[in-house]
Amino acid sequence: MFLPAEITASVPSTLRQRIQMGFDVAQVSSVAHSLAEFGDRYLRRLFTPAEIAYACQGVGLQAERLAARFAAKEAVMKALQLSEAGVDWRDIEVVKHPDGSCGVALHGEAARCAQRAGAEQIVLSLSHDGDCAGAVAVAVLASPRPEIPLSTSHENR
Amino acid sequence: MKTAEELDSQIRTILRNHGRLNQDALQLDASDDLYRHGMTSHASVNVMLALESAFDVEFPDHMLKRSVFGSIGSIRRALSELATA
Repeated sequence: MFLPAEITASVPSTLRQRIQMGFDVAQVSSVAHSLAEFGDRYLRRLFTPAEIAYACQGVGLQAERLAARFAAKEAVMKALQLSEAGVDWRDIEVVKHPDGSCGVALHGEAARCAQRAGAEQIVLSLSHDGDCAGAVAVAVLASPRPEIPLSTSHENR
Repeated sequence: MKTAEELDSQIRTILRNHGRLNQDALQLDASDDLYRHGMTSHASVNVMLALESAFDVEFPDHMLKRSVFGSIGSIRRALSELATA
């Protein structure tokens, strides 16, 4: 939302927040292939112990859950614009809530970057269907940045 | 110490096997943008892991940037930096 400077003082603080969104998809078969190719090293380089434990519980769906989590990490990186920050994937952790929904816990450099950006909340949604997994992350940031052009968008593969 | 050409050759082989590029890695210029040639963020992870195995290195956090894996040249520079660290 763009608010001209002269009216921002008169609107509720919630309307002065801005959001940044990130979206990413991951191919389930590609994740399965990486697991077969790199094994434990792939798992431990990208995912936290809790993420691995969740993904590996039960029968099947391991690659689907990991693919959705990888997409979620990338979506958060896009939402917080971390692609050049030097962030370990494990510093963006997908947390599974008891009600089945997912949230995100940030650690290390990811947490520091989010704090510097004024992130107040990050909302995450992830899904998988067949060979495709995807995630959307929305970061709610406190401080306005009116110099952002209104019509820009960019594509990251 | 490997020459830049030797390093590039190894990098191209790894990109060919793991980069999921839409063009043969052997035909790319060292400065070509790998993401524009079809490499996804997940494929770049596979490239990173394959590079670590081939060169016996580990990319530290500060190198986990999109730009580091963005071209053959940038990968070569990162590997050279790791080799001299």
